[in-house]
Amino acid sequence: MELLLAIVIGVLFTAAVYLILSRSLLKIILGTGLLSHGAHLLILTMGGLGGTAPPVLADGVTDFADPLPQALILTAIVISFGVTAVMLVMAYRMYAVHKTDNMNELRGNDEHD
Amino acid sequence: MEFVLLIFLPVIFALLVPFVAKYLKGIHTGWIVLLVPLALFIYYLSFIPLMMDGGHAISELKWIPSLGITFISYIDGLSLLFTLLITGIGSLVVLYSVFYMDKKKEDLGSFYVYLLIFMTAMLGVVQSDNTITLYLFWELTSISSFLLIGYWYTRDKSRFGALKSMMITVFGGLMMLGAFALLSIMGNTFSIRELIAQAPQLVNEPYFTLALALLLLGAFTKSAQFPFYVWLPDAMEAPTPVSAYLHSATMVKAGIYLVARFTPIFGTSSIWIWLVTGIGLLTLFWGSFFAIKQTDLKAILAFSTVSQLGLIMSLLGAGAISYHTTDAVFALATYAAIFHLINHATFKGGLFMIAGIIDHETGTRDIRKLGGLMSIMPLSFTVALIGSLSMAGLPPFNGFLSKEMFLDSMVALQHFELFNFDTWGILFPIVAWIASVFTFTYSLYFLLKTFAGQKKLEQLPKQPHEAPIGMLLAPMILASLVLIIFFIPNLVGKWIIKPAVMAVQPTLYANPQTVNVHVQAWHGFGSTALWLTIGIIAVGSLFYVTIPKWQPLYNIQPAKLSLNEGYDALMRGSDRGMNRLSRLYMDGVIRTYLLYIFAFLSVAIIAVLFIKDAFVIDMTSFAAISLYSILNAIILVLAVGFVVFSNNRLAAIISLGGVGYSVALFFVIFKAPDLALTQLVIETVSVALFLLAFKHLPALNSHGETAKVKVVNFIIALSVGVMVTLVALSSHSQKLIPSISQYYKDTVATEAGGGNIVNVILVDYRGFDTLFEIAVLAIAGIAVLGMIRLRVSRKETTDENK
Repeated sequence: MELLLAIVIGVLFTAAVYLILSRSLLKIILGTGLLSHGAHLLILTMGGLGGTAPPVLADGVTDFADPLPQALILTAIVISFGVTAVMLVMAYRMYAVHKTDNMNELRGNDEHD
Repeated sequence: MEFVLLIFLPVIFALLVPFVAKYLKGIHTGWIVLLVPLALFIYYLSFIPLMMDGGHAISELKWIPSLGITFISYIDGLSLLFTLLITGIGSLVVLYSVFYMDKKKEDLGSFYVYLLIFMTAMLGVVQSDNTITLYLFWELTSISSFLLIGYWYTRDKSRFGALKSMMITVFGGLMMLGAFALLSIMGNTFSIRELIAQAPQLVNEPYFTLALALLLLGAFTKSAQFPFYVWLPDAMEAPTPVSAYLHSATMVKAGIYLVARFTPIFGTSSIWIWLVTGIGLLTLFWGSFFAIKQTDLKAILAFSTVSQLGLIMSLLGAGAISYHTTDAVFALATYAAIFHLINHATFKGGLFMIAGIIDHETGTRDIRKLGGLMSIMPLSFTVALIGSLSMAGLPPFNGFLSKEMFLDSMVALQHFELFNFDTWGILFPIVAWIASVFTFTYSLYFLLKTFAGQKKLEQLPKQPHEAPIGMLLAPMILASLVLIIFFIPNLVGKWIIKPAVMAVQPTLYANPQTVNVHVQAWHGFGSTALWLTIGIIAVGSLFYVTIPKWQPLYNIQPAKLSLNEGYDALMRGSDRGMNRLSRLYMDGVIRTYLLYIFAFLSVAIIAVLFIKDAFVIDMTSFAAISLYSILNAIILVLAVGFVVFSNNRLAAIISLGGVGYSVALFFVIFKAPDLALTQLVIETVSVALFLLAFKHLPALNSHGETAKVKVVNFIIALSVGVMVTLVALSSHSQKLIPSISQYYKDTVATEAGGGNIVNVILVDYRGFDTLFEIAVLAIAGIAVLGMIRLRVSRKETTDENK
């Protein structure tokens, strides 16, 4: 199972990096979204995919899934949501001001270096 | 009395100088400043009897005891000699500057502050026994020299000269620091005395040669040896008192001091002898040869200083030979070096002051415009005559004595047999003799072109007349010293030089008075040096008479190939080269930087994984595979494909949502209900957010990406993906310790009173994470609000409202 997930995560990372390297700002944001999905799945997989029951105490259950990675992912999901929201609004503002989303045109000029 | 504090006397006095300059307008600031070097000079004279008995004096001031860094003033013969030069010539220079620097036109406060800082720095250099404080004062001399050269900071040339001298001497200073660091590693001490005591062991240390080379770099840059002399002629933009003091008598001799001081440590090495003697002789020849090319009085003197410093350096190298042979003539070489050091300080200081007087009284220093000043400025002429002839090495002036000793030492070199001197030794006296001929020629050139010949009064900017007596006082004192030393060389030798020689070669002498040298002016007709001197005078005079015929030879050397051009090209080249380099890889496009980062990351990690043989897959630790997860994985990969290849932003956003929901399904499959819940909600909100912004966002556009760019992107992206997969598999297969989750599972009910382990971890075991995650969300909310609401500039507002 971990082998399958590792490959899926690899696909997610490949797609994310490919999008991040593109020239369109919107694609970069889509790429970061995929990247965080990949990272979350990676944490989960690294914690081990065994365990027959969710980590909630119940009678007669002893083989829980590992709760610690789940707590970590929960935190990460919320934070990546916050960051995505900020990036989205930043992209909106930038597009409104500069009228372009071409990353090749968005480079500093000589006045700044 | 703790005389180590006296080192700081000038710099402390410098604090008062601005007030003196501001509130005592009636009196020239220099008169007040003069008290400091004069008092120091008189005080340090009292050390002479102690030195004559071979004693030394030590005074300490703790600075950073825990690191072994202490201001130690260690006065022995060598330090005292330099101290007397610094304070003595310092007094004369201040006296001279009182008449040279105009009270009304010049900023005297700054001038004397810099000069006093320099004096402290120089005293510190020659008296420090601790290498770190020696380095401190060494750099302080570079800085104060920089300030003094750039004194007339509104002139381009001053600033250029100041920067050039700073770059070169600070480069050397840093090299020297390296040598000190290596020495302290080898000898485990910063104290020079203790290092000297360990000299026999140090020779066998692996860093010995490196330390030697670095130390010599420091000494050669400071003392303007070949090829580092280029800063000295440009430093002539400084006011003349500064040139006389720093660039002839004191600072440029700091390198000489360093070589002399470290001779007991490095002198036994053949590399040392070859380098110091060889570079010294080369500098001697080079400086004397190019002095005749110059047309500016101070430039002639600058090249002459370069050449004379080379002479002293070569004598110090030859003096180190006395560690290998009992031949008395090499002991003479050290003596001659120190003797010539004093002589040079006296006559060169005087000559600089005369050059300043000529500049002051005629308005020019260009030797082509000068001539026939003998009858107009008789006193200046007399001083210049004494200085020049002493520089040329004629009797009855002190330069004659040291020049004879120099020739003797160089002639003796050819008989020395160790270290291949038997093959190459013959070169030394030949080069030395030719250089002396040129020295004689440029001395005449300096003297006669200025004072003899036709008067060219109409060419001069000012009507020349004799300088005021106050201005002439200092050069006259120096000139009389030139004469006095000629007649009582052995007294000077006994008082000052022999203790200094003993300090340079402490292992060879038990007492300064056992230095077996008796200077005499007349050796009889059998003396080689006499005939060499006669030859110098004959050939030198011939050269001087024929100067117009052979001076065009200098034009053969193309301007592009000079060392100055080399320095300029180096500075320009490194400036442009660095600029070009950084522009090459910093092109301002974010994709380029991301390419560097991703490529480095994936290549480095994959390489380490396989080079270290760390890649392992252990299938037994993997969980069983299920049908649902295969199906879900296929859905996820398809959705990812849609996100990547979609040309429609709506489709892309919805596909991204699809990816999020299938991730949530994975959370369900892998028994993570809280995650699944959160993921569903967040994904829904995210997609809603995307759709909200949808109207305002740009259309998906490849912006003219070529297939080639896409392929490069894909390769990099694939390598990152592969890297993540490999690392994930490898690390999952090699877990070193079991999870700590067992503790949470065991105690969640008893300790925390909860049933949902994930929630209890979030708010109880690891509640801090949650607190700051809330903070992140709050900040993100404020940022979003701020970016939407705030309009900084008016222009943007109009844009928004369109």
